[in-house]
Amino acid sequence: MEEEGIVKKFCYMNRKAPYGTIYALESLEVVLIAAAFDQDISLVFADDGVYQLTKNQDTDGIGMKNFSKTYSALGDYDIKKIYVEKESLEERGLTTDDLQALKYEDEDDDWAEKDSLFVVGRDELSKIINEQDVVLSF
Amino acid sequence: MSALHIVNKSPFERNSLASCLRLAAKGSAVLLFEDGVIGAMKNTKHSDAVANAMSDVSFYVLGPDIKARGLNDGNVIDGIKVIDYDGFVDLTTEHKSVQSWL
Repeated sequence: MEEEGIVKKFCYMNRKAPYGTIYALESLEVVLIAAAFDQDISLVFADDGVYQLTKNQDTDGIGMKNFSKTYSALGDYDIKKIYVEKESLEERGLTTDDLQALKYEDEDDDWAEKDSLFVVGRDELSKIINEQDVVLSF
Repeated sequence: MSALHIVNKSPFERNSLASCLRLAAKGSAVLLFEDGVIGAMKNTKHSDAVANAMSDVSFYVLGPDIKARGLNDGNVIDGIKVIDYDGFVDLTTEHKSVQSWL
């Protein structure tokens, strides 16, 4: 029995650096669970949340699990709208080059690899958040 | 013997670092660790405040916390010493007290 469910726009708002608090890891776990429910998911990284997506994270020295590689699996869960606030990067002296390149394979385009990470300005991000049905904050 | 101030919160998230720099006595030491390492990085909105305080206090930053966050030792503000956990222990023994800025 196939039931056609309601699809809502869910946004996961990430505003904290990884490892100092548990928020980043908890958000990632909730996103992966939520991905099973075929909803319209967007991820937003703003403020210190942008540090979650840096490449070359190495947690050997602090005895914690490095979960940063999991972000590159989000494409396989059909999560292809990952927004990073441009101004947050700039305030921190970071550029797109400091972040992981996140991709997904587009099944409607012969599985071509496409970017899922978008650096957006404050105004555009404001619009994206305003369009959501549910915003979950981490 | 001077005091050691330890700051584990990002300057973007809390005003712990700002309060610490405002109240730390001349000659004391400040160690940035956990999310506090963000305050040790060059080219951020807060870099100038840290660089300006360098004439009064000596700065240290915990290297393993920099690496964990995908940041680079090479981007630490000039004059801040990068240390490891052994160095952290040494600092606590070399100072008369340790004040944690939560």
